[in-house]
Amino acid sequence: MSASQANSLRNGPDERGRFGIFGGRFVAETLMPLVLDLDKAYTAAKNDPAFQAQIDFMQRNYVGRPSPLYLAERLTEKFGGAKIYMKRDELNHTGSHKINNCLGQILLAMRMGKTRIIAETGAGQHGVATATVCARFGLPCVVYMGTTDIERQKPNVFRMKLLGAEVVPVTSGTGTLKDAMNEALRDWVTNVDNTYYLIGTVAGPHPYPAMVRDFQSVIGNETKSQMQEREGRLPDSLVACIGGGSNAMGLFHPFLDDPSVKIYGVEAAGKGIETGEHCASLKGGSAGVLHGNRTYLLQDDDGQIKDGHSISAGLDYPGIGPEHAWLHETGRAEYVSATDKEALEAFQLCSRLEGIIPALEPSHALAFVSKLAPTLPKNHLLVMNMCGRGDKDVFAVADHLGVTL
Amino acid sequence: MTTRLDKRFARLKAEARAGFITFITAGDPDFDTTLAILKGLPGAGADVIELGMPFTDPMADGPAIQASTQRALRSGASMMKTLELVRRFRTGDSDTPIVLMGYYNPIYHMGVDLFLSRAVEAGVDGLIVVDLPPEEDDELCEPAMRAGLNFIRLATPTTDDRRLPAVLANTSGFVYYVSINGITGSASPEARNVAAAVARIKRHTSLPVAVGFGIRTPEQAAEIARNADGAVVGSAIVDAIAAELDAQGRVKSGAAERVLAFVRQLADGVHGARATAAE
Repeated sequence: MSASQANSLRNGPDERGRFGIFGGRFVAETLMPLVLDLDKAYTAAKNDPAFQAQIDFMQRNYVGRPSPLYLAERLTEKFGGAKIYMKRDELNHTGSHKINNCLGQILLAMRMGKTRIIAETGAGQHGVATATVCARFGLPCVVYMGTTDIERQKPNVFRMKLLGAEVVPVTSGTGTLKDAMNEALRDWVTNVDNTYYLIGTVAGPHPYPAMVRDFQSVIGNETKSQMQEREGRLPDSLVACIGGGSNAMGLFHPFLDDPSVKIYGVEAAGKGIETGEHCASLKGGSAGVLHGNRTYLLQDDDGQIKDGHSISAGLDYPGIGPEHAWLHETGRAEYVSATDKEALEAFQLCSRLEGIIPALEPSHALAFVSKLAPTLPKNHLLVMNMCGRGDKDVFAVADHLGVTL
Repeated sequence: MTTRLDKRFARLKAEARAGFITFITAGDPDFDTTLAILKGLPGAGADVIELGMPFTDPMADGPAIQASTQRALRSGASMMKTLELVRRFRTGDSDTPIVLMGYYNPIYHMGVDLFLSRAVEAGVDGLIVVDLPPEEDDELCEPAMRAGLNFIRLATPTTDDRRLPAVLANTSGFVYYVSINGITGSASPEARNVAAAVARIKRHTSLPVAVGFGIRTPEQAAEIARNADGAVVGSAIVDAIAAELDAQGRVKSGAAERVLAFVRQLADGVHGARATAAE
């Protein structure tokens, strides 16, 4: 290993699945052998050129990659500062970045001889992406989804059903993403022989955070070469929204060793961090252990997990991927937040000025861009990840704006 | 060091009977009812008591224990109150081992060292922490052992012979064999499979092996007790507690006595098991 590799920020996690103190494998004994098997299978697949070639082929011909790196001229003009590029992952098949990860994991599941896929979903984007690859490869699919989320994401529930998936409503807790994840873990612990748990974000026990990051890194890798082509250099800053943090990790990871690139993760501040009704685990939480890893969590004085709040179901998770917790503690990335209201404004602005209806999740990233960009010089290259499209959100947004459809 | 758990299992062995291990959730449905049940458990035949530390996200538990956790948290349960229950129990019973069972986060949040000193001071004997496999032993298992507490590990049907030594390495007190792949209170185990699994574990350890998950009736408890050193019943007792709430969620009068009467039936099943087998 060369000195530069030894000092790389991209080497994590260690063999215990730790990024600094974060990450790990905090799972019940029943699942531990499965998690170890998965680690072994993923390591072998990662080093198999045939596996990579299979993913590349499907990304090009099924997902529609590479996604464009688009210069948002009218937003750039409006904000009057940095040049704003959007990585257009909302143009992917199924409408978000989630498919990048699902494609990688389902090919891995088949390599492992698994015959049944389970997943959790919040906004429904991961559920739809999972149901999609399951339909494509002919595997039965069960998606756990909180009842609150089912109510606010009806179009995605119907999409999953059209794709042949079974959507199981989860009533425990507040019926959101964390409860869906608990229920998926209960399914996995019960069906250990044939079932593959396809986690949708960079959380869960090792190797999930690293594996999901690797499958999402196509976002950052493409951005790097596209920016080189367009501007002949690296971008100056990256901005992405964060729930669990998979789109952000995918954009950030290929740039971690480029110190000139500023990195910003945008958490959901809900009604405002000071109100307590938010999903900003880093800004408003503390270190804890949930869903197989140590990370920052929203919790009370007794270590009980608190329910988050966000207008965006996809950001409504009381934790954050452990690698983000580590990037936060080391200071390599800066984590900021945007409120429901700011996201709604950005949602409308983007629709009107760019002809792109963004999902509520990346609307949070854009809300921060609207504050950051004006402070930066015109030759500053900013990339925000447009990680999902807003079709799924139009009903909810109409509701928030007091419009009856 | 000989712990209360070691002494209890040594006595059970000397008496040639299996141990009856009961699980209830601390603070379900409220502090006072838990305390009343807790105090009555040894008299109702419990040899070892598992006391659940409520957690909002009990990932390995089925509907019965999930609901009991929710009831407990709604009535104000907390880690400090759980420890207070143990402290109050200990004022009247210095022999029956108490094992705290739950998930890591509330312990981690309190701070491992502070939690361990408080647990020892309250009279806790052992810990079962579901989401701490041997790979994470430096987190709590090793400090707990240094503090003089038993760390009881779960072994499961997925724990194969290759992995079993690692699972048993830092286990003490007893081994808790989870008889099915699944969550608490779900399918019931086949006696035949349990006997084989217990024999397999005993090839690797001299520790007592208790079996749990899916045991609901005195007959099932007896069946398990014929094949293991202890039988654990949780969800069925927790369901009996749930049945003591009226439509408004208030505790009916005489609740503790009726729950303890059910515990007594289960205990009789366990304690009579070997006698029946010998007939």
